[in-house]
Amino acid sequence: MTKYSFTEKKDTRSGFGAGLLEIGKQDANVVALCADLTESLKMDAFAKEFPDRFFQVGIAEANMIGMAAGLTIGGKIPFTGTFANFSTGRVYDQIRQSVAYSDKNVKICASHAGLTLGEDGATHQILEDIGLMKMLPNMTVINTCDFNQTKAATIAVAKHHGPVYLRFGRPAVPNFTAPDQKFEIGKAVVLTEGKDVTIIATGHLVWKAIEAEAKLAEAGISAEVINIHTIKPLDEEAILKSIAKTKCVVTAEEHQMNGGLGDSVAQLLSRKSPTPQEFVAVNDSFGESGTPDELMKKYGLETDNIIEAAKKVIKRK
Amino acid sequence: MANISELKKLSSQVRRDIVRMVHAVNSGHPGGSLGCVEFFVALYNDILKHNPKNFTMDGKGEDLFFLSNGHISPVYYSVLSRAGYFPVSELKTFRKLNTRLQGHPTTHENLPGVRIASGSLGQGMSVAVGAALSKKLNKDNSVVYSLHGDGELQEGQIWEAALYAAANKIDNYIATVDYNGRQIDGDVDNVLSLGNLKAKFEAFGWTTLEIANGNDMEQVISGIKNAQTYLGKGKPVIILMRTEMGYGVDYMMGTHKWHGKAPNDDQLKAALGQLEETLGDY
Repeated sequence: MTKYSFTEKKDTRSGFGAGLLEIGKQDANVVALCADLTESLKMDAFAKEFPDRFFQVGIAEANMIGMAAGLTIGGKIPFTGTFANFSTGRVYDQIRQSVAYSDKNVKICASHAGLTLGEDGATHQILEDIGLMKMLPNMTVINTCDFNQTKAATIAVAKHHGPVYLRFGRPAVPNFTAPDQKFEIGKAVVLTEGKDVTIIATGHLVWKAIEAEAKLAEAGISAEVINIHTIKPLDEEAILKSIAKTKCVVTAEEHQMNGGLGDSVAQLLSRKSPTPQEFVAVNDSFGESGTPDELMKKYGLETDNIIEAAKKVIKRK
Repeated sequence: MANISELKKLSSQVRRDIVRMVHAVNSGHPGGSLGCVEFFVALYNDILKHNPKNFTMDGKGEDLFFLSNGHISPVYYSVLSRAGYFPVSELKTFRKLNTRLQGHPTTHENLPGVRIASGSLGQGMSVAVGAALSKKLNKDNSVVYSLHGDGELQEGQIWEAALYAAANKIDNYIATVDYNGRQIDGDVDNVLSLGNLKAKFEAFGWTTLEIANGNDMEQVISGIKNAQTYLGKGKPVIILMRTEMGYGVDYMMGTHKWHGKAPNDDQLKAALGQLEETLGDY
């Protein structure tokens, strides 16, 4: 039995859409731009409610990022929306110069991140975006785990001054976090307390980590599961506190091993507290077409992979 | 209108600043800077409704200017300082460690007058369009201006922004192209021809105007004021401004070779001999 339950599965992108609509009602300075993916990003409710504050830019992502930077001048809080691949790799230099280096208050909101985009294949399944964004000085990087958390994060980033990369996805996943949660940027959430191994997960892998914890418990292994929704700035204190207890760690993410959450954790631990670590992540590979479940299985991002990694890392202590 | 002879005096001083700045650090871009002196002097001393002594990022109620071809920072910095945004003496820090006057303009060091980083080309029109939309949302009737190199128009993002601005009637915005026909590798026509640039912008739905000689102060001022008469008419406005790269220094004219090269000591002396010190060197 998992320690968390859910009544329905929902997509994180819909959490973004709901959060955008709500923050749009609260703050008249919130504006949104979309590059021809309004329904996919679930921005249609905002577009309908606030037509004067919604900008359809067409299939022109570079212009969208530049326009968003310009809109901040005069006090607007722009949210850009497109798929994660077109939100990052396609517009890296625009984000770097016009947003991050220029310290513009732009929220880059990216859906369909990772393998779970599914059948469209590797052209659309970016697995490098966290790395690209976290390398930029001045950029906050957030990857949420369910509908409620994505909604809360969307509202929270509007109230945070500075550039943010907000990453979420397409499939319906268990909606288990509280609807009224307080989303604190940069604060890890300890989901289960344990003593044998720490499992640090982000995004869609958080629920899988919770499932892994339950199965590990049946095998007599006590796992502490931490939901890292903010990859940058990383909650170093929470991670070090957990590692001090468990002495080993598994990181889990729908991203390349290079440049992802695991890489950030490894950097922290090598500096502050060298600790055995196993990585559940895509290992230097592009994705391919398939259903989300098939892909997560083929590329080793399933609950069983986390369990296996946990057992392996415990032996390395 | 400001006194033309005063603006011409300022232009001569700005040209001295430019060649002295790039000479001092043996780097930077004098060619395009010299060619755009009249434009910047006119803009900051006769055209813009702005507040140099009390710079704010949001610039509410003020006209805004965005430099998209950031490499011509010497002319930008000289004119900003001489308009009162920051002390003229700061020009001596250009491109030196810990300076606010970075090689390419940035907001990162909080230099008054700069609202966006530029240098990587092709991004400024999108930013200007966004700022123009922000003005419209704020019911702020002031105007957004931008400057672009002609070589810069080879960047695809410019045409994304051009398409958007016309389709969405961004009519509180005047873009200008420094149409000097030259870029680092040679003549624009030989590197990658822009073809009929006027026809291209007209086809994109812009009001497309021309300044035949962008190194003639009267023509620059009347050209921009003419462009202002097209504001609020449902179309973005662009001025194709013919200039001479290196204008004012004889050996820098008629070639692309001074795009990004600083004069040596003798060359500096020769240049300064052609440019009257009117307002005092920094």
